[in-house]
Amino acid sequence: MNNRINKLFQEKEKNILSVYFTAGYPKLDDTVPVIQELVKNGVDLIEIGMPFSDPVADGPVIQGSSLVALQNGMSVHKLFEQLKDIRKLVDIPLILMGYINPVIQYGVEAFCQKCGEIGIDGLIIPDLPLSVYEEEYKSMFEANNLHNIFLITPQTSDERLRRIDEASSGFIYMVSSNSTTGAKEGVTDFQNSYFERISKFGLKNPCLIGFGISSAETFRNACQYAHGAIIGSAFVKALGADLSLNMKVSQFVKTIATNV
Amino acid sequence: MDYQVNRKGYYGEFGGAYIPEMMVPNIEELEARYMEIMHSYDFKQEFVSLLKNYVGRPSPLYFAKRLSEKYQSNIFLKREDLNHTGSHKINNTIGQILVAKKLGKTRIIAETGAGQHGLATATVCALMGLKCIVYMGAVDVERQAPNVKKMRMLGAEVISAVSGNQTLKDATNEAMRDWINNPVDTYYIIGSVVGPHPYPDMVARFQSVISEEMRWQLEEQVGRENPDRIIACVGGGSNAAGAFYHYLDQENVELIGVEAAGKGVDTNETAATITLGTPGVLHSSRSILMQTDDGQITEPYSISAGLDYPGIGPLHAHLFKTGRAKYLWATDAEVLDSALELTQMEGIIPALESAHALAVLPKIKLRPEEITVINLSGRGDKDMETYLKHFGY
Ligand SMILES: Cc1ncc(COP(=O)(O)O)c(C=O)c1O
Repeated sequence: MNNRINKLFQEKEKNILSVYFTAGYPKLDDTVPVIQELVKNGVDLIEIGMPFSDPVADGPVIQGSSLVALQNGMSVHKLFEQLKDIRKLVDIPLILMGYINPVIQYGVEAFCQKCGEIGIDGLIIPDLPLSVYEEEYKSMFEANNLHNIFLITPQTSDERLRRIDEASSGFIYMVSSNSTTGAKEGVTDFQNSYFERISKFGLKNPCLIGFGISSAETFRNACQYAHGAIIGSAFVKALGADLSLNMKVSQFVKTIATNV
Repeated sequence: MDYQVNRKGYYGEFGGAYIPEMMVPNIEELEARYMEIMHSYDFKQEFVSLLKNYVGRPSPLYFAKRLSEKYQSNIFLKREDLNHTGSHKINNTIGQILVAKKLGKTRIIAETGAGQHGLATATVCALMGLKCIVYMGAVDVERQAPNVKKMRMLGAEVISAVSGNQTLKDATNEAMRDWINNPVDTYYIIGSVVGPHPYPDMVARFQSVISEEMRWQLEEQVGRENPDRIIACVGGGSNAAGAFYHYLDQENVELIGVEAAGKGVDTNETAATITLGTPGVLHSSRSILMQTDDGQITEPYSISAGLDYPGIGPLHAHLFKTGRAKYLWATDAEVLDSALELTQMEGIIPALESAHALAVLPKIKLRPEEITVINLSGRGDKDMETYLKHFGY
């Protein structure tokens, strides 16, 4: 079975633009329209955030959008309902990103099956440890053609990098700095030397750089070291503006990817 | 039955380390080293000496004569309220600050609810000359104001957490975010038997001094090591874990944890996690927690800031599941009555948290020949404003 994530990386080696947003934000029924607008504006991959009440790996912007989405009535059940016909509308890879507890409450196996039915290509669950994934859940992911995307950080040891590379399929999510989402602005020399180290490490999986990518400049810089980059908080912040959805999305994507 | 953590960090089905990758290096380092550090000669010497000369241990085991007469049984109080800084929390912070030093960390962070753990952390940081940042929910900053002032005087920075219900859960979220943002120089002193493995086990070991002392104190005072029953309040569960620890495999000792029912277990304003919760993952371990069907964590409520938490340590989830310990609850109103009763019958003003343990005395059957030990986890200084408001003195 071909997975859309693999297809994307086969077809495009550079400047992949992946965008994260929180499902049900700013309005409950914005989930599908946001996806459609992003696709219309040429985004390569979309990460759909499943809001959680206690997002410890997230900074203030995504905490805020998660809270609003939950207040709007977003839930895992609701999200699956919204996405049930999404494959009639868009063909780019879609990833669900969220915390493990709502997935456990839904039932991990049922969750994976539902993703398979809908045509979701991968999951990013930052608080699902590698060892638990391998021992308990891997077969459920594989049975539904779902990639589990792991994170690496500047603190990840070489030995662990190899283990994560071995366990990964799809791509590796390279967290740009020691931080929660959206925390740090700009790019430091420390980050560039970390990007350099990873790009020369010889990973078998492609990498996308995320966290703190917020402008054309930071996007371009990240793309020099990896197959592309992921934008989250900056886009979520833009979604909060008082404009029509298509204006918000098209203006934002233009500011990031003008020269790509 | 085995009640200790296994090699993978689980108590039965509960525990583990559900951490984001950003926390992995710190947790792996701690897991690899905590036992070796705790068993080293240097560490043991310094820990024991500080507990004795700085904290004032052993804490007395006091036979509460008038309370015993009232309930027609034998009630002892383990006086953790007499420790330096006023609660059991200092046992753990002394241990963890020594671990942090061995790991070469220079910046200490902590979460706090009632402010007792924050205070105990600020205290040991002053003692060791380390920088200290304490996260505290904005609501708790208000209701436990005396502790905030003490922490500041001790040199700690107190940061008010404004997300969620602005209580202990939210303070813990903020502390975890801080650690993610500062992974190199920082050590996180968690205040209860919660969080990712190895914290629940490490904190339980540091608190186990409570039951270690109880054994010889009971032997000395009544001629037997084992009481018939031990009662302790349960927020995250550290004072209860310490009071139960050396009795876990003495199945004839009844263990009772008491949760905060807030306005009642049939209302939305409650923190009775085991009574109302279901299995799930919060703050990096699999345990029992209060949540919606969708897996969102429910905001808890209790008059007592230290018990106002929607989760519980994995050890307690396991003790509950296996039936080794029983978990009861007490409402705000019952707790206030019990606090006043202890104050006026024994001359001891308890912390609101500890008064939960006292509040189940009228609800359980105590026989005249039985010995019950109540872990009096802390004193009531920090709660004077709440008490005065309710009692109108
Ligand atoms: C006096 C006292 N008792 C009990 C607790 C609850 O914590 P734990 O359940 O970890 O003992 C607190 C927490 O702040 C406390 O201050």
